[in-house]
Amino acid sequence: MIANYGYKDGSGEYYISIDTDRCISCAAGRACLTGCPKGMFENMTDDYDDEVVQVKQQFRRNLAYDCADCKPSGGHASLPCTTACTPGAIKHSW
Amino acid sequence: MSEQSNGANKPEFWRWQENVWADESRDWRAAKAITVGIDVGSVSSQCVIVADGELYAYNSMRTGNNSPDSAKNAFKGVTEKTGLTLNDVHMVVGTGYGRVNVPFSHKAITEIACHARGANYMGGNGVRTILDMGGQDCKAIHCDEKGKVTNFLMNDKCAAGTGRGMEVISDLMQIPIAELGPRSFDVDVEPEAVSSVCVVFAKSEALGLLKAGYTKNKVIAAYCQAMAERVVSLLERIGVEEGFFITGGIAKNPGVVKRIEKLLGIQAMNTKIDSQIAGALGAALFANTLVTKQGALAPIAF
Ligand code: SF4
Ligand code: SF4
Repeated sequence: MIANYGYKDGSGEYYISIDTDRCISCAAGRACLTGCPKGMFENMTDDYDDEVVQVKQQFRRNLAYDCADCKPSGGHASLPCTTACTPGAIKHSW
Repeated sequence: MSEQSNGANKPEFWRWQENVWADESRDWRAAKAITVGIDVGSVSSQCVIVADGELYAYNSMRTGNNSPDSAKNAFKGVTEKTGLTLNDVHMVVGTGYGRVNVPFSHKAITEIACHARGANYMGGNGVRTILDMGGQDCKAIHCDEKGKVTNFLMNDKCAAGTGRGMEVISDLMQIPIAELGPRSFDVDVEPEAVSSVCVVFAKSEALGLLKAGYTKNKVIAAYCQAMAERVVSLLERIGVEEGFFITGGIAKNPGVVKRIEKLLGIQAMNTKIDSQIAGALGAALFANTLVTKQGALAPIAF
């Protein structure tokens, strides 16, 4: 399942999508949980009883601000979350 | 539908039709499995009874001051209609934003999974894209032929594109909510969408348009168009596949639905079942599957 967390507002689209099928047998030892300096990800059992990760509720409406430290205006080569997630489950829309 | 009044006799134009229904052609006493789905949303609450995997009865009403009471009242409405009690029920699943506050539920399942499952029942296994326009949020969902979610996106950051937004406009225009859709087509020329999708700003923009000489119908049309554009931009993020189904209260507003269809170039699938019960129906169907797999659970009294 592709789970999209975030929002769209007047300034743009801010979504983090997680391909939760890759989390089920995560080959990275759930590295996203410790890889994100803000601790934005958490484990959860989804509606189909699979153990996956999700973006914590309290971050979902503020992604543009909360992720800003990882995305300096001068551009960025890689993000801590996408680097930690070697299975490539995490994607950012912006 | 005419507007209703509150105790002070002030018309409540926003008030939508609450509804209790039961399948009179069947007797729940003959069913082997009776399951209940309770959807406690921010604006409306539903209770659905499924007997042997088929929709049997439902109650759709406005959410009250707290989730537990809304859940109980929604269930009570169906018991009064059918004579069924909690002791006759084999499992209860709660869903919606108040799902963890349904005091008599055995399990909570997200509204995303429940809407997909409910839409699969209502529209058949050809349903692939679901747009749920709820009271205070909006969801775009992809599912497979079994109604299992494959992709979803939810906007709960503001009330634009939601039932609450439509209620605000209904009150502002002093036109019963059920008349908004049809009236939005009664315009000389289709207006531009109101520029703001935020309910608060749209309200002041709507007042400005009235002052500028727009008819009420034209203002409603501009608001319906804005809502349609808003949800279509949400849908475009995950894409729209054939088998497009709309759930939630706004599915009953042709002023928004027809404009969404026009923008997408695709027609929404039809159903005879009340679009507002999709979440509770999905919850009851999940409960039915669990009863089949694990057996019945003892009722949790409230
Ligand atoms: S590291 Fe990637 S694949 Fe593993 S749990 Fe986190 S998001 Fe999922
Ligand atoms: S960009 Fe930074 S703050 Fe945002 S999710 Fe990734 S690691 Fe966390």
